[in-house]
Amino acid sequence: MQHVDLYYDGSWAGLLTTIFEIFEFKIVPLSLRSTGERQQGMFQTEREVFTQQDKADRVMHGLIAKVGKKGYAELWHTYLSELPEAALLVVRVATYYFHEEKNVRLNFAQDHILQMKKIVKSVSRERHRMKAFTRFQLLADGLYVALIEPDFNVLPLVQQHFQDRYADQRWLIFDVKRRYGLLYDGQSTSEVTMDHTATMAHATLIDLHDAQEELYADLWKRYFKSVNIKERRNMKLHLQHVPRRYWRYLHEKSFGMEI
Amino acid sequence: MGERIKEKLEILADAAKYDVSCSSSGSNRKNKEKGLGNTGAGICHTYTEDGRCVSLLKILLTNHCIYDCAYCVSRKSNDIKRAAFTVQEVVDLTINFYRRNYIEGLFLSSGIFKNADYTMERLVLIAKKLRQEHNFNGYIHLKTIPAASPELIHEAGLYADRLSINLEIPTDSGLKLLAPEKNREDMIQPMTYLKDQLIKTKEEKKIFKSTPHFAPAGQSTQLIIGATGETDKQIITAANYFYRKFNMKRVYYSGYVPISYDSRLPAIGTEVPTARENRLYQSDWLMRFYGFQANEIVNDTHPLLDLDIDPKLSWALRNMDRFPIDINKDDYQLILRVPGIGVGSAQKIIAARRFGPLNLDHLKKIGVAINRAKYFIVCKGFMQIYADKRSDIIKSYILHSSKSKYLVTGNQQLQLF
Ligand code: SF4
Repeated sequence: MQHVDLYYDGSWAGLLTTIFEIFEFKIVPLSLRSTGERQQGMFQTEREVFTQQDKADRVMHGLIAKVGKKGYAELWHTYLSELPEAALLVVRVATYYFHEEKNVRLNFAQDHILQMKKIVKSVSRERHRMKAFTRFQLLADGLYVALIEPDFNVLPLVQQHFQDRYADQRWLIFDVKRRYGLLYDGQSTSEVTMDHTATMAHATLIDLHDAQEELYADLWKRYFKSVNIKERRNMKLHLQHVPRRYWRYLHEKSFGMEI
Repeated sequence: MGERIKEKLEILADAAKYDVSCSSSGSNRKNKEKGLGNTGAGICHTYTEDGRCVSLLKILLTNHCIYDCAYCVSRKSNDIKRAAFTVQEVVDLTINFYRRNYIEGLFLSSGIFKNADYTMERLVLIAKKLRQEHNFNGYIHLKTIPAASPELIHEAGLYADRLSINLEIPTDSGLKLLAPEKNREDMIQPMTYLKDQLIKTKEEKKIFKSTPHFAPAGQSTQLIIGATGETDKQIITAANYFYRKFNMKRVYYSGYVPISYDSRLPAIGTEVPTARENRLYQSDWLMRFYGFQANEIVNDTHPLLDLDIDPKLSWALRNMDRFPIDINKDDYQLILRVPGIGVGSAQKIIAARRFGPLNLDHLKKIGVAINRAKYFIVCKGFMQIYADKRSDIIKSYILHSSKSKYLVTGNQQLQLF
């Protein structure tokens, strides 16, 4: 048994490779961080994992066999949370799964499982919010563009939803914080990235708007105001449902702020 | 055209807002042949400042009306701005809002102009255009106009996901008082027709998969609360009746918002009974998801819901002899009866106890509200020490330990359990 601080490249395949090597080399991880965070020099107790697709695939199949596709997806969603504790938690839960005879995915009395379920729930809530709060603007060339800035990296988790729903229009959903997006061309979806000098902001989009875009954005704002029942006003509840940090991307709130 | 459509939208959204239903779930319409949209996600795209979900474009086709129902803003005698959309305007608004991901679909209702069929025809035409000309697979909820002909109601069911007729006034005497021109039978008739059609379609679908959709999200109705001095027992009994007799998917409860100086109604400025409304929704949940009977919640001895505690706790305190429940042994249905344990926690308890007996700490982590549940359970390492206490003492303990959550103040909405 060796107790070490582990580093991996930050990718999902890298994390799965890490799980493989923990069993292969009988490692007890003290910490797990991505290589980018590493200080200069290598200490005795440190070890770097190099991503290997075949090892990652074997872990994936092993997990699915043990806890099913749902159990595997939960681990992936935990990873997508990008929380500092997420990577190590994924490793710990996966190790627990492999050690146990039974499928223990539903053992809510186990601390790591419980911690993971909480994160999975937050990620799922964020995914749901992005399905709800993503707002497209129509550009003159027929492309529908939305800018988002989710707390977690949930864009991969909403792809299928938008693909199914908007099958007959071209669209781009761009994660401003992580500087990548999904572009659907009417046939298939691909990932697009943007280099560091370019900006993607509402201000740049406005010049490209379709002639009817302002009308519909305005109609939506008016609609939002008109359905309110002022005798029932309850801002506390309102903010609970639509936290302020999402407002900048919502027309009906303070849409159009510079970002 | 820009300015006029803006004004129309303001008038006709404002007039539609008293219908509280905004559900877009219960239907599972797939996007077919690369068309536009699907249903099933049930998304709230935003929330109003009073905390209600905005899922659908909810508008009236027109607020012109030949009737004069006292509780309605669109009543004939009310001096307000009137407007009417054209069929094409509603279609364009729906499609353009939908494509921008503002909405899940359309909820279309209308004042009654000329007569019931004339109005219903136009509602159906809009739904038909959306489905056939735009290959629109998003959600459509149509209001059924009382006394519309069965042929039109049938056609509506072919295009809509949900149909509804609002009963509005829970008691017959209330209806006579506030809407003397309306008769209950005109509302019941289409409900009965829909119920039969829904059952028939379900049967046929078992044999022929190609049987066309018929209102896959079923039918719903709404009751106005607090307009006619009815008791909670009357409301819950009425709701229960409509759930059972007409297979309603949902009954909605809408706290009456005073909009009239009519002396038959609560005066303008009277507070909207939102706390009561919330207790009714909780009771509704108990009937639909917790296996409660209507008469366990309200009955001749207890015709009114407690406003200071939720109906489940209220029931538990009246039935202390049914407790304590053993977390590690008792059935799911019994665990669901424990105050402080919701459907989610109950399911987790059943799943987790297979791996070993659960203690209080486990329950807390699972999400059980221990400060309420502890009076009603036993579990590993925890014996029931309150069982012999009087229920009013337990109630005061609970109220004391969770003040902020229980005390109803003004307009505050409460959580479900
Ligand atoms: S018929 Fe409907 S729209 Fe007309 S006044 Fe009565 S409730 Fe209002």
